[in-house]
Amino acid sequence: MTEDRIARFEQRRQELRKMSDEELKARFWELCNQVVEPIVDLARTHTSPSIERSILLRMGIDSVTAHGVVERVYEAGLLGKGAGHVVLKVAQKTGKDVRAAAAAILENKDLLQGLF
Amino acid sequence: MTHIPLTPHKKIDIEKLLEDLQSYRPRRKGWTWRQVPPEGVDMGPFHYRNMSQPLRNSIGLPASKYFDSIDPQPSCVVTTEIASGHFEDDIRRMRMAAWHGADHIMVIRTMGQSHIDGLLEGTPEGIGGVPITRKQIRATRKALDDIEDEVGRPINFHSYVSGVAGPEVAVLFAEEGINGAHQDPQYNVLYRNVNMLRSFVDAAEAKRVMAWAGIFQIDGAHNANATAKAGWLVMPELMVQHGINCAFSVAVGMKKDLIGLSTVPPDAPPAPKLWFDLPYAVALRDFFSEFKMRAQQNTRYIEADIEEAIRTHTIDTLISMLTSADIQSTITPDEGRNVPWHYNNIRGIQTVKQTWAALDGIKELLSLNFNGPLGEMVRDIKERAVAFLEEVIETGGYFAAVEKGFFVDSGKYPERNGDGIARDSKGGIGANTIVARDPDYYAPVCSHFGENHIPAGLEKPCDPIGGCTLCDPSKIAYIDELDAEDNCERRLERTRPYRDGTAIRPEAEWAGDGVILTQFFVPLPPDMAPVYGVEMAKRLGLQDPEVVNVMVLHPAEGCFVEVKGKVNFDIDPRTLQVPVKEEMLPEEEIRAAIKQVGLRVVAGTVGEDEHSVGLREILDIKHGGIEKYGVKYHYLGTSVPIGKLVDAAIETGAHAILISTIISHNDVHRAQMRKLNELCQEKGIRENIILIAGGTQVSREMAQETGLDATFGRGTKGIDVVNAIVKILKARGLV
Repeated sequence: MTEDRIARFEQRRQELRKMSDEELKARFWELCNQVVEPIVDLARTHTSPSIERSILLRMGIDSVTAHGVVERVYEAGLLGKGAGHVVLKVAQKTGKDVRAAAAAILENKDLLQGLF
Repeated sequence: MTHIPLTPHKKIDIEKLLEDLQSYRPRRKGWTWRQVPPEGVDMGPFHYRNMSQPLRNSIGLPASKYFDSIDPQPSCVVTTEIASGHFEDDIRRMRMAAWHGADHIMVIRTMGQSHIDGLLEGTPEGIGGVPITRKQIRATRKALDDIEDEVGRPINFHSYVSGVAGPEVAVLFAEEGINGAHQDPQYNVLYRNVNMLRSFVDAAEAKRVMAWAGIFQIDGAHNANATAKAGWLVMPELMVQHGINCAFSVAVGMKKDLIGLSTVPPDAPPAPKLWFDLPYAVALRDFFSEFKMRAQQNTRYIEADIEEAIRTHTIDTLISMLTSADIQSTITPDEGRNVPWHYNNIRGIQTVKQTWAALDGIKELLSLNFNGPLGEMVRDIKERAVAFLEEVIETGGYFAAVEKGFFVDSGKYPERNGDGIARDSKGGIGANTIVARDPDYYAPVCSHFGENHIPAGLEKPCDPIGGCTLCDPSKIAYIDELDAEDNCERRLERTRPYRDGTAIRPEAEWAGDGVILTQFFVPLPPDMAPVYGVEMAKRLGLQDPEVVNVMVLHPAEGCFVEVKGKVNFDIDPRTLQVPVKEEMLPEEEIRAAIKQVGLRVVAGTVGEDEHSVGLREILDIKHGGIEKYGVKYHYLGTSVPIGKLVDAAIETGAHAILISTIISHNDVHRAQMRKLNELCQEKGIRENIILIAGGTQVSREMAQETGLDATFGRGTKGIDVVNAIVKILKARGLV
């Protein structure tokens, strides 16, 4: 296995040797971009508890409340909607501002039923 | 409340900084580079080619007093890392570091913060770093505002966006005006065992937020050569790690000129450092020409010996200057033996400042020779890096490569030693926590990365909430403290006497910690020397003595030993008798008196002593000596017998005899001074002559015990001597 890898490397190297410095640099960046492309797609289409907490922070909700709300939203299977989205819906439904809506979710998780 | 700027002779008021933090807003966002005049900088007697604007207030290198007290500032930003666990004590260290030339203050996080799922609040005590919180950031940034005004240059404040709360930390940093941050999802995966999918998904959001705030990003690739068993062999992999983070960062919206590569010269002597570190530095700067270089100094091979660390760091800085560095980081030379101490931050900064001044404009004098082994080695690293990437793709991409242990293997690619760090994409901290965004996913805030189904008709995603904190900072929710006991106010109560001028102890990190270091040679073999060190320190009364360094000078003849310990008593500084400063007569009065008596002196270095520099500086007009004030002097040279000086004084009718005495073994200097007094008495001229002595081991207090009229130590100038002479003349009624 290891010997195969070394042999494969020597093959690659023969090809790389033919390149100018500029071509080699361009190849390096082409490969880097190729490596990250699927990861960028993964990030574009997924979210996480930390991302959602960071969104609640940007909505003016304190870190302690944000933590509890995201936990509730995650447990309710609604993280894919966006925790900010959820808080906004609760705010609209209850007529509260977003901070009060976030606090209300902590007090009563039933508020998360039937939002979507 | 009126704001009082800092003044050089007053301590920074920590309690004042903590007032009204709930309404503090940072004065700017984003990173600041130094101002570097393209035409160079003229300072004192010199022209510098690669320096930035000097500071308003600063402390130069010790030798600067010989060069009009200039303090040339390197063209690169200079970093120092400060994090003792008490941010309120770190602030004082930041001020000291800024005065020595640091404009990038990096705060290390407390142990374990990267595994905390959320933000910390308040100001709890840290271990090996500081808990990074909104309150800690605000208080520190507020202090840095004052400090940057005092030194006259913007200071960049920096910490870390990593771990499992990256996006939240990025928002915190963006809101609070943090200027620079480490962010590299690979670091989480390899060194913190954070799940790799989570780490990259989080990183995209964090980077987007950082980009909004203009936060300069530093990657984490350098950890590979701090971790791999043979750090100097992982260079192709380092190129790949840098490449992945750069490509990922650009893809999610960061600007290339705000992306920095954290790069360390991987070796330390006795390795033939240049043969590894230079080709690597060149290869990196070729491939990453559009990005910035944050040159770090080596930590991999630094242990207890501070001088060894400083020597290695000098060569690291040389490599930066032979290639390039936008930011030159400094490593505190004691990092290998303890959490860094105040004065070792300063030493690290001085290493860079001293090297940079010495080698200013080196590229105009020397150039690298690419037509030999250097060119071949550079090309070799690049080809291996590209081949590494090809294998990553062939293996199934980045995640598959990490699972197979491609990274941090100590073999030189393509060799593998099987000691790489392999991680499972389904394992690690935060595994299975990423969630696919639904078709109606929505985040009602700005600077959000990725799919966001913003309702139709909105200008900004945050319109439905009336603006997010990035648009309207007044919405930021501030929490002061969560723990009534573990907070900075409680700590400050305990240390108040050490800060208000009623009690003093030495200090390494924290106010009143009492930590000191003793250094000595002991004629014992290396197994006994440290045991002796602890016993000695105990008998000196030091608490918790600990040997921090033993350097063998000879296996039988003995060792150099360093022992730290704590002083367990306070001294009230108000009880200290500080010598009263000599009051200077006006210069016109001095000149007039000298003219009136036609002042003549004889002078020489006495004893078996060939030193002449000190006395020449006191005498010569060129150095601002007494000649400048109209004194006529008769200089007899070095190794002059006392008798010869006295005879010359009688012969020339001199008003004063000036002797210099430098070599001081067996108290020779005191004996010479007494002899001068006695001889003048014997010859019957004592009443009519003024006797003055000076030297490095002489002090002002010695005049009385030796019977002389005035005595002077280090740092004396001609004006001090004529001032004393004229005062004596006045006392004797001669002027």
